Amino acid sequence: MPETPPVPVNTEQAPPRPRRWGVILVWGLLLGLLAILGLGLIRSQQGPVGVGAMVPDFTLTTFDGGTIDIRELRGQVVVINFWASWCKPCEQEAAELEQAYQQYKDQGVAFLGVDYVDTDREAMAYLEKFGITYPNGPDLGTRISQAFRIRGVPETYIVGPDGQLAAIKIGPYQSLEEIVRQIETARAAGSPGG
Amino acid sequence: MRPGVWIALAVWVLTLVLAPAAFAQEGPPTDDQVNAIAKQLYCPVCENVPLDVCPTQACQQWRDTIREKLTAGWTEDQITQYFVDQYGARVLATPPATGLNWLVYLLPPLAFAGGAYLLVRALRAWRTPGGSKVAEAGPAPTEDRYVEQLERELRERT
Repeated sequence: MPETPPVPVNTEQAPPRPRRWGVILVWGLLLGLLAILGLGLIRSQQGPVGVGAMVPDFTLTTFDGGTIDIRELRGQVVVINFWASWCKPCEQEAAELEQAYQQYKDQGVAFLGVDYVDTDREAMAYLEKFGITYPNGPDLGTRISQAFRIRGVPETYIVGPDGQLAAIKIGPYQSLEEIVRQIETARAAGSPGG
Repeated sequence: MRPGVWIALAVWVLTLVLAPAAFAQEGPPTDDQVNAIAKQLYCPVCENVPLDVCPTQACQQWRDTIREKLTAGWTEDQITQYFVDQYGARVLATPPATGLNWLVYLLPPLAFAGGAYLLVRALRAWRTPGGSKVAEAGPAPTEDRYVEQLERELRERT
């Protein structure tokens, strides 16, 4: 067998390729996108604001054109009821909420009705049907309901005089007594001995 | 006056009388007209169901509102803007290209272009024997010589 000449082997290492930056960029974009999706998912999975949390700031423009700033009601118990004219369960508690308002309106308890994703004509008909007299207004841009992260209607949030949520009711109240009980809880929480 | 003149005068008067009626509202808007706008909207109550096919009472009320606005002479843009003002931009089927919404428009074409690039590269690598590294770097001359020598020796043996 003839002798073979030694074969030179190229052992030099290739310089780092600029393509690596493209890979890093793609991975960065991908991770950034995943982070955004994850944050969105976490936010969507969050339930409504809880008892003990500070009430989100909002301004309600009422159907008669007035504006109510929740911050101006600090020091009072505030009952915030989310409702809609198309919501049948809301009808179960509508009359009781008005009764509670009549009972407490001179005792430092404010009532606000926030009309969720509704049409004005039907909303006004609903208020008239149930004789509701406390301030009500549309949730313009669904900003208030998003701030409270409500899942549907009816939902009611009772704010203590210190601005903290003292009680929450998901779904309709079953009786006037149930409303009164939650309002008294909020009043007790806000009193000096509470 | 000749009869022809009388006829022309009568036609002219009739035209004047009937023209306003012809150009007035052609009657209540049809369901198709309402649904043409409704399908661009999504009610937050029933997510993922376009307004034109959503069976809930809330959506029925929204469609009635569209019908009222059309009857009142509102344009399509005015009506959709009304719903945005009332319920927020999230009611739009096509989100406005602002803020993070840009991702909706940018990511799909970017992902498609990136995927196409990777696919082309992978196909090229598969078509080249020895994989992409060999294809990019080309056969080393030393290896060529070695292979040639090996093949030559093999030929001599056979």
